[in-house]
Amino acid sequence: MILLTRRATFSASHYYWNEAWTPEKNREVFGRCANRNGHGHNYTLEVTVAGEPDPATGFVVDLKWLKDVIEREVLSHYDHRHLNLEVEEFAAGKLMPTTENIAIAAWRRLEPAVRAAGGVRLNRIRVHETPEIFAEYRGEA
Amino acid sequence: MLSASHRLHADGLTPEANRAVYGKCNNPHGHGHNYTVELLVGGPVDAETGMVTNLADLDRVVRERVIERFDRRNLNDDELFADAVPTTENFCRALFTLLEHALPAGKLEQVRVEETENNFFEYRGD
Repeated sequence: MILLTRRATFSASHYYWNEAWTPEKNREVFGRCANRNGHGHNYTLEVTVAGEPDPATGFVVDLKWLKDVIEREVLSHYDHRHLNLEVEEFAAGKLMPTTENIAIAAWRRLEPAVRAAGGVRLNRIRVHETPEIFAEYRGEA
Repeated sequence: MLSASHRLHADGLTPEANRAVYGKCNNPHGHGHNYTVELLVGGPVDAETGMVTNLADLDRVVRERVIERFDRRNLNDDELFADAVPTTENFCRALFTLLEHALPAGKLEQVRVEETENNFFEYRGD
């Protein structure tokens, strides 16, 4: 089995704020990330699929197809957007747009399209918020 | 890192099918990459040296079996790809096979090959 990963970047803004908490608690837990004006990152998204190389073509999957799926299902929704204000899954009261939840959300956006295509399955999503921090999700939850 | 050229072309497919499957990668004169090859070697830490494997020994094995064979070469010319397309999937799997019994110490857990900054491949021998 070969794991094939396509890497893409998107730039987005976000803030961390729990409406059920007081402003003081939000600032205590989230620190500078609780600034309601938000801040931004150049995120790196790594999408890994697993499969066997086709005996005729040597490909696990057409990388152009994977690139298009990532663009359609994730990047077009996240890139140059404010995650809290413009992305449905991160609206107030729903998922906090942490790196962890972005990895899970990207999995949920991509998995149906990958499964429908057949031949490969989604293996791992990794989201780097900065070069020092990344979250990884393998679909177990 | 090794720099090599390749052309993706399957003899069993028509020219039109090759163009459709491989796109620009089917261009007749090939193209190149600076491939980054990463080995993941697992094992216990030696009590005397503090090492899983002596990196100088590992580098020597990789130099002899991988770099000298593939660096500054055309992958399509290598016997490995006489009957297989030199996709990075196949290259990654071939490197694992070349190295798994040649390590000075430890077990080869994974080979990872980065073809460009946008894609990489991993193989764990399964």
